[in-house]
Amino acid sequence: MNGSSVIVKVVSLAIILPALTFGLYIIAHGHLTPGGGFQGGAIIASALAIFLVAFAKQASKTLRKNLLSALECLALLGFIGLSFLGLGKSFFFNFLANSGLIFGQAVPFGPNPGFINTAGVIPLMNFFVGLEVSCALTIIVLTMLKAGGDKK
Amino acid sequence: MKLAKIAFFLIFTYFLLACALLLRPFGKPAVSDMDEYFILNAQREAASNNVVASIVFDYRGLDTLGEATVLFAAVSSIVLLFRGAPK
Amino acid sequence: MIENIHFIAVALLIALGIYTLIFKRNLIKIAMGISILASGINLFLISLGYRAQGIAPIFTNAAIAASEVQAKMVLPAPQALTLTSIVISLAVTALMLSFAIIIYQKTGSLDATKSRRLKG
Repeated sequence: MNGSSVIVKVVSLAIILPALTFGLYIIAHGHLTPGGGFQGGAIIASALAIFLVAFAKQASKTLRKNLLSALECLALLGFIGLSFLGLGKSFFFNFLANSGLIFGQAVPFGPNPGFINTAGVIPLMNFFVGLEVSCALTIIVLTMLKAGGDKK
Repeated sequence: MKLAKIAFFLIFTYFLLACALLLRPFGKPAVSDMDEYFILNAQREAASNNVVASIVFDYRGLDTLGEATVLFAAVSSIVLLFRGAPK
Repeated sequence: MIENIHFIAVALLIALGIYTLIFKRNLIKIAMGISILASGINLFLISLGYRAQGIAPIFTNAAIAASEVQAKMVLPAPQALTLTSIVISLAVTALMLSFAIIIYQKTGSLDATKSRRLKG
Protein backbone atom coordinates (compact mmCIF):
# COMPACT_ATOMS: atom_id res chain seq x y z
CA MET A 1 0.00 0.00 0.00
CA ASN A 2 1.69 3.23 -1.09
CA GLY A 3 1.47 6.44 0.86
CA SER A 4 0.82 9.86 -0.57
CA SER A 5 3.01 12.79 -1.58
CA VAL A 6 4.65 15.22 0.82
CA ILE A 7 2.00 17.92 0.41
CA VAL A 8 -0.79 15.53 1.43
CA LYS A 9 1.24 14.33 4.44
CA VAL A 10 1.91 17.81 5.80
CA VAL A 11 -1.62 19.10 5.36
CA SER A 12 -3.22 15.98 6.80
CA LEU A 13 -0.95 16.27 9.85
CA ALA A 14 -2.47 19.70 10.45
CA ILE A 15 -5.91 18.05 10.52
CA ILE A 16 -5.20 14.83 12.45
CA LEU A 17 -3.68 16.33 15.62
CA PRO A 18 -6.47 18.87 16.35
CA ALA A 19 -9.08 16.23 15.50
CA LEU A 20 -7.61 13.78 18.03
CA THR A 21 -7.59 16.46 20.74
CA PHE A 22 -11.15 17.51 19.90
CA GLY A 23 -12.36 13.92 20.12
CA LEU A 24 -10.75 13.44 23.53
CA TYR A 25 -12.33 16.71 24.73
CA ILE A 26 -15.80 15.58 23.67
CA ILE A 27 -15.35 12.21 25.41
CA ALA A 28 -14.05 13.80 28.62
CA HIS A 29 -16.85 16.40 28.98
CA GLY A 30 -19.65 14.03 28.11
CA HIS A 31 -21.55 14.67 31.34
CA LEU A 32 -21.52 18.49 30.98
CA THR A 33 -21.91 19.35 27.29
CA PRO A 34 -23.57 17.57 24.35
CA GLY A 35 -21.48 14.61 23.30
CA GLY A 36 -20.30 11.56 25.16
CA GLY A 37 -18.71 8.23 24.38
CA PHE A 38 -20.18 7.35 20.99
CA GLN A 39 -19.71 10.73 19.36
CA GLY A 40 -16.12 11.19 20.58
CA GLY A 41 -15.23 7.64 19.50
CA ALA A 42 -16.48 8.33 15.98
CA ILE A 43 -14.37 11.53 15.76
CA ILE A 44 -11.22 9.71 16.88
CA ALA A 45 -11.89 6.91 14.38
CA SER A 46 -12.21 9.45 11.54
CA ALA A 47 -8.85 10.98 12.48
CA LEU A 48 -7.23 7.53 12.54
CA ALA A 49 -8.74 6.70 9.13
CA ILE A 50 -7.17 9.83 7.59
CA PHE A 51 -3.88 8.82 9.25
CA LEU A 52 -4.15 5.37 7.68
CA VAL A 53 -4.72 6.72 4.17
CA ALA A 54 -2.08 9.47 4.16
CA PHE A 55 0.78 7.70 5.99
CA ALA A 56 0.44 4.16 4.70
CA LYS A 57 3.73 2.57 5.76
CA GLN A 58 4.06 4.13 9.20
CA ALA A 59 0.40 3.52 10.02
CA SER A 60 0.53 -0.19 9.15
CA LYS A 61 3.35 -0.62 11.66
CA THR A 62 1.61 1.27 14.48
CA LEU A 63 -2.03 0.26 14.10
CA ARG A 64 -1.95 -3.50 14.10
CA LYS A 65 -5.14 -5.49 14.26
CA ASN A 66 -4.12 -7.56 17.31
CA LEU A 67 -3.40 -4.47 19.42
CA LEU A 68 -6.68 -2.77 18.48
CA SER A 69 -8.65 -5.95 19.06
CA ALA A 70 -7.17 -6.42 22.54
CA LEU A 71 -7.93 -2.78 23.45
CA GLU A 72 -11.52 -3.14 22.28
CA CYS A 73 -12.11 -6.29 24.32
CA LEU A 74 -10.56 -4.72 27.45
CA ALA A 75 -12.76 -1.62 27.08
CA LEU A 76 -15.95 -3.68 26.76
CA LEU A 77 -14.97 -5.80 29.79
CA GLY A 78 -14.34 -2.62 31.79
CA PHE A 79 -17.77 -1.27 30.85
CA ILE A 80 -19.51 -4.47 31.97
CA GLY A 81 -17.41 -4.66 35.16
CA LEU A 82 -18.43 -1.10 36.11
CA SER A 83 -22.07 -2.05 35.75
CA PHE A 84 -21.62 -5.03 38.10
CA LEU A 85 -20.07 -2.94 40.88
CA GLY A 86 -23.37 -1.39 41.95
CA LEU A 87 -25.13 -4.71 42.34
CA GLY A 88 -26.03 -3.93 45.96
CA LYS A 89 -29.18 -2.08 44.86
CA SER A 90 -29.62 -3.05 41.20
CA PHE A 91 -27.74 -3.76 37.99
CA PHE A 92 -26.29 -0.53 36.43
CA PHE A 93 -26.68 1.43 39.68
CA ASN A 94 -24.83 4.76 39.86
CA PHE A 95 -23.00 3.99 43.11
CA LEU A 96 -20.58 6.90 42.84
CA ALA A 97 -23.09 9.79 42.52
CA ASN A 98 -23.76 11.98 45.62
CA SER A 99 -21.11 10.11 47.63
CA GLY A 100 -17.71 11.27 48.77
CA LEU A 101 -15.54 9.18 46.44
CA ILE A 102 -14.14 10.18 43.04
CA PHE A 103 -16.66 12.02 40.80
CA GLY A 104 -19.04 12.24 43.74
CA GLN A 105 -20.03 15.88 44.19
CA ALA A 106 -23.71 16.82 44.44
CA VAL A 107 -25.29 19.26 41.97
CA PRO A 108 -27.84 21.97 42.91
CA PHE A 109 -30.99 22.19 40.81
CA GLY A 110 -31.14 24.69 37.97
CA PRO A 111 -28.73 26.11 35.37
CA ASN A 112 -25.13 26.36 36.58
CA PRO A 113 -21.63 26.45 35.07
CA GLY A 114 -20.59 22.82 34.95
CA PHE A 115 -18.48 21.11 37.61
CA ILE A 116 -16.25 18.31 36.39
CA ASN A 117 -16.22 16.38 39.65
CA THR A 118 -19.89 15.30 39.38
CA ALA A 119 -21.96 12.59 37.68
CA GLY A 120 -20.64 9.48 39.37
CA VAL A 121 -19.96 6.53 37.12
CA ILE A 122 -20.96 8.30 33.86
CA PRO A 123 -17.52 9.78 32.89
CA LEU A 124 -15.83 6.39 33.39
CA MET A 125 -18.43 4.69 31.21
CA ASN A 126 -17.95 7.43 28.60
CA PHE A 127 -14.23 6.70 28.47
CA PHE A 128 -14.67 2.93 28.06
CA VAL A 129 -17.36 3.26 25.40
CA GLY A 130 -15.32 5.86 23.46
CA LEU A 131 -12.28 3.58 23.43
CA GLU A 132 -14.38 0.64 22.25
CA VAL A 133 -16.13 2.52 19.44
CA SER A 134 -12.93 4.07 18.06
CA CYS A 135 -11.09 0.72 18.05
CA ALA A 136 -14.07 -1.04 16.42
CA LEU A 137 -14.39 1.47 13.56
CA THR A 138 -10.62 1.44 12.94
CA ILE A 139 -10.64 -2.38 12.76
CA ILE A 140 -13.44 -2.19 10.16
CA VAL A 141 -11.45 0.27 8.03
CA LEU A 142 -8.25 -1.80 8.31
CA THR A 143 -9.95 -5.07 7.35
CA MET A 144 -11.70 -3.63 4.33
CA LEU A 145 -8.50 -1.93 3.13
CA LYS A 146 -6.47 -5.11 3.29
CA ALA A 147 -9.13 -7.26 1.61
CA GLY A 148 -9.41 -4.98 -1.40
CA GLY A 149 -6.04 -6.18 -2.61
CA ASP A 150 -2.88 -4.23 -3.31
CA LYS A 151 -3.32 -2.29 -6.53
CA LYS A 152 -0.25 -0.51 -7.82
CA MET B 1 -44.34 -7.27 -13.16
CA LYS B 2 -42.94 -3.83 -13.78
CA LEU B 3 -46.43 -2.30 -13.65
CA ALA B 4 -47.04 -3.90 -10.25
CA LYS B 5 -43.77 -2.45 -8.91
CA ILE B 6 -44.60 1.06 -10.14
CA ALA B 7 -48.15 0.90 -8.76
CA PHE B 8 -46.96 -0.30 -5.34
CA PHE B 9 -44.32 2.42 -5.16
CA LEU B 10 -46.80 5.19 -6.07
CA ILE B 11 -49.38 4.01 -3.55
CA PHE B 12 -46.71 3.77 -0.82
CA THR B 13 -45.41 7.29 -1.53
CA TYR B 14 -48.95 8.69 -1.44
CA PHE B 15 -49.50 6.94 1.91
CA LEU B 16 -46.27 8.40 3.33
CA LEU B 17 -47.06 11.96 2.23
CA ALA B 18 -50.61 11.76 3.57
CA CYS B 19 -49.29 10.57 6.95
CA ALA B 20 -46.70 13.38 7.04
CA LEU B 21 -49.39 16.02 6.56
CA LEU B 22 -51.83 14.52 9.07
CA LEU B 23 -49.46 14.10 12.02
CA ARG B 24 -49.40 16.35 15.09
CA PRO B 25 -48.28 19.91 14.33
CA PHE B 26 -44.54 20.16 14.53
CA GLY B 27 -43.48 21.77 17.81
CA LYS B 28 -46.27 20.60 20.11
CA PRO B 29 -45.28 17.17 21.42
CA ALA B 30 -47.67 14.92 23.30
CA VAL B 31 -47.75 15.17 27.09
CA SER B 32 -45.18 12.69 28.40
CA ASP B 33 -44.82 11.95 32.11
CA MET B 34 -41.55 10.07 31.65
CA ASP B 35 -39.77 13.08 30.13
CA GLU B 36 -41.04 15.43 32.85
CA TYR B 37 -39.65 13.06 35.48
CA PHE B 38 -36.30 12.89 33.71
CA ILE B 39 -35.95 16.67 33.43
CA LEU B 40 -36.92 17.33 37.04
CA ASN B 41 -34.95 14.55 38.74
CA ALA B 42 -31.81 13.97 36.67
CA GLN B 43 -29.70 16.43 38.63
CA ARG B 44 -30.72 15.05 42.00
CA GLU B 45 -30.37 11.33 41.35
CA ALA B 46 -27.71 11.01 38.68
CA ALA B 47 -25.85 14.26 39.60
CA SER B 48 -25.17 15.22 35.99
CA ASN B 49 -25.93 18.36 34.01
CA ASN B 50 -26.53 16.48 30.76
CA VAL B 51 -29.99 14.87 30.92
CA VAL B 52 -29.47 12.85 27.72
CA ALA B 53 -26.20 11.32 29.01
CA SER B 54 -27.88 10.37 32.27
CA ILE B 55 -30.69 8.69 30.32
CA VAL B 56 -28.28 6.76 28.08
CA PHE B 57 -25.93 5.56 30.81
CA ASP B 58 -27.93 5.58 34.05
CA TYR B 59 -31.70 5.26 33.59
CA ARG B 60 -31.60 3.14 30.43
CA GLY B 61 -28.18 1.54 30.70
CA LEU B 62 -29.31 -1.87 29.45
CA ASP B 63 -30.03 -0.40 26.00
CA THR B 64 -26.46 0.89 25.85
CA LEU B 65 -25.17 -2.55 26.83
CA GLY B 66 -27.17 -4.11 23.97
CA GLU B 67 -25.86 -1.53 21.52
CA ALA B 68 -22.23 -2.14 22.50
CA THR B 69 -22.86 -5.87 22.02
CA VAL B 70 -24.31 -5.31 18.54
CA LEU B 71 -21.28 -3.24 17.52
CA PHE B 72 -18.90 -5.87 18.88
CA ALA B 73 -20.77 -8.68 17.08
CA ALA B 74 -20.70 -6.79 13.76
CA VAL B 75 -16.93 -6.20 13.99
CA SER B 76 -16.30 -9.83 14.91
CA SER B 77 -18.28 -11.12 11.94
CA ILE B 78 -16.50 -8.74 9.53
CA VAL B 79 -13.09 -9.98 10.70
CA LEU B 80 -14.36 -13.58 10.43
CA LEU B 81 -15.61 -13.06 6.85
CA PHE B 82 -12.27 -11.88 5.54
CA ARG B 83 -10.24 -14.62 7.14
CA GLY B 84 -10.57 -17.20 4.33
CA ALA B 85 -7.44 -18.88 3.04
CA PRO B 86 -5.27 -16.26 1.33
CA LYS B 87 -3.61 -18.14 -1.50
CA MET C 1 -49.15 22.73 6.06
CA ILE C 2 -45.69 24.14 5.38
CA GLU C 3 -44.90 24.03 9.08
CA ASN C 4 -44.74 20.21 8.92
CA ILE C 5 -41.78 20.37 6.56
CA HIS C 6 -39.67 18.07 8.72
CA PHE C 7 -42.21 15.27 8.36
CA ILE C 8 -42.44 15.86 4.59
CA ALA C 9 -38.64 15.51 4.41
CA VAL C 10 -38.89 12.23 6.36
CA ALA C 11 -41.53 10.93 3.92
CA LEU C 12 -39.35 11.85 0.92
CA LEU C 13 -36.27 10.17 2.40
CA ILE C 14 -38.16 6.93 3.12
CA ALA C 15 -39.70 6.96 -0.36
CA LEU C 16 -36.22 7.43 -1.89
CA GLY C 17 -34.89 4.45 0.09
CA ILE C 18 -37.80 2.22 -0.96
CA TYR C 19 -37.38 3.27 -4.61
CA THR C 20 -33.75 2.18 -4.54
CA LEU C 21 -34.67 -1.14 -2.95
CA ILE C 22 -37.34 -1.95 -5.57
CA PHE C 23 -35.88 -0.73 -8.83
CA LYS C 24 -32.07 -1.07 -8.62
CA ARG C 25 -30.02 -4.24 -9.05
CA ASN C 26 -26.48 -3.24 -8.14
CA LEU C 27 -25.51 -4.41 -4.65
CA ILE C 28 -23.73 -1.16 -3.71
CA LYS C 29 -26.79 0.88 -4.70
CA ILE C 30 -29.03 -1.33 -2.55
CA ALA C 31 -26.68 -0.79 0.43
CA MET C 32 -26.86 2.97 -0.15
CA GLY C 33 -30.66 2.79 -0.26
CA ILE C 34 -30.85 1.00 3.08
CA SER C 35 -28.55 3.63 4.60
CA ILE C 36 -30.79 6.47 3.33
CA LEU C 37 -33.82 4.67 4.79
CA ALA C 38 -32.13 4.45 8.20
CA SER C 39 -31.27 8.16 8.09
CA GLY C 40 -34.90 9.05 7.37
CA ILE C 41 -36.11 7.03 10.35
CA ASN C 42 -33.57 8.65 12.71
CA LEU C 43 -34.71 12.12 11.58
CA PHE C 44 -38.32 11.11 12.30
CA LEU C 45 -37.46 9.99 15.83
CA ILE C 46 -35.72 13.24 16.71
CA SER C 47 -38.31 15.59 15.20
CA LEU C 48 -41.09 13.94 17.21
CA GLY C 49 -39.78 15.42 20.44
CA TYR C 50 -39.27 19.06 19.50
CA ARG C 51 -40.94 21.80 21.50
CA ALA C 52 -41.45 25.20 19.82
CA GLN C 53 -39.04 27.91 21.10
CA GLY C 54 -37.23 25.28 23.12
CA ILE C 55 -33.64 24.85 24.30
CA ALA C 56 -31.44 21.77 24.54
CA PRO C 57 -32.00 19.53 27.61
CA ILE C 58 -28.67 20.45 29.20
CA PHE C 59 -28.31 22.45 32.40
CA THR C 60 -24.77 23.79 31.79
CA ASN C 61 -25.02 27.57 31.13
CA ALA C 62 -28.66 27.29 30.18
CA ALA C 63 -30.17 30.66 29.35
CA ILE C 64 -33.43 30.28 31.29
CA ALA C 65 -34.49 30.51 34.92
CA ALA C 66 -34.92 27.47 37.14
CA SER C 67 -38.71 27.84 37.29
CA GLU C 68 -39.49 27.52 33.59
CA VAL C 69 -37.25 24.52 32.99
CA GLN C 70 -40.26 22.26 32.62
CA ALA C 71 -41.95 24.31 29.90
CA LYS C 72 -39.02 25.14 27.67
CA MET C 73 -36.78 22.11 27.47
CA VAL C 74 -36.99 19.77 24.51
CA LEU C 75 -37.94 16.14 25.30
CA PRO C 76 -34.70 14.22 26.01
CA ALA C 77 -35.91 10.61 25.65
CA PRO C 78 -36.17 10.37 21.82
CA GLN C 79 -32.65 11.78 21.50
CA ALA C 80 -31.26 9.04 23.72
CA LEU C 81 -32.94 6.30 21.65
CA THR C 82 -31.78 7.84 18.35
CA LEU C 83 -28.15 7.47 19.52
CA THR C 84 -28.60 3.71 19.75
CA SER C 85 -30.35 3.59 16.38
CA ILE C 86 -27.54 5.46 14.60
CA VAL C 87 -24.88 3.06 15.89
CA ILE C 88 -26.92 0.01 14.90
CA SER C 89 -27.51 1.33 11.36
CA LEU C 90 -23.75 1.91 11.05
CA ALA C 91 -23.07 -1.73 11.97
CA VAL C 92 -25.66 -2.95 9.42
CA THR C 93 -24.16 -0.83 6.61
CA ALA C 94 -20.63 -2.05 7.34
CA LEU C 95 -21.75 -5.69 7.29
CA MET C 96 -23.67 -5.25 4.01
CA LEU C 97 -20.68 -3.69 2.26
CA SER C 98 -18.47 -6.57 3.45
CA PHE C 99 -20.93 -9.02 1.94
CA ALA C 100 -20.79 -7.12 -1.35
CA ILE C 101 -16.97 -7.38 -1.40
CA ILE C 102 -17.07 -11.14 -0.70
CA ILE C 103 -19.73 -11.79 -3.37
CA TYR C 104 -17.69 -9.88 -5.93
CA GLN C 105 -14.55 -11.83 -5.07
CA LYS C 106 -16.34 -15.20 -5.33
CA THR C 107 -18.64 -14.75 -8.36
CA GLY C 108 -17.15 -11.83 -10.29
CA SER C 109 -20.26 -9.68 -10.72
CA LEU C 110 -22.20 -7.25 -8.53
CA ASP C 111 -25.64 -8.01 -9.99
CA ALA C 112 -28.22 -9.08 -7.43
CA THR C 113 -30.06 -11.37 -9.87
CA LYS C 114 -26.96 -13.26 -10.97
CA SER C 115 -25.83 -14.65 -7.63
CA ARG C 116 -28.55 -17.14 -6.78
CA ARG C 117 -26.48 -20.27 -6.08
CA LEU C 118 -26.27 -21.42 -2.49
CA LYS C 119 -22.96 -23.23 -2.79
CA GLY C 120 -19.86 -21.24 -3.62
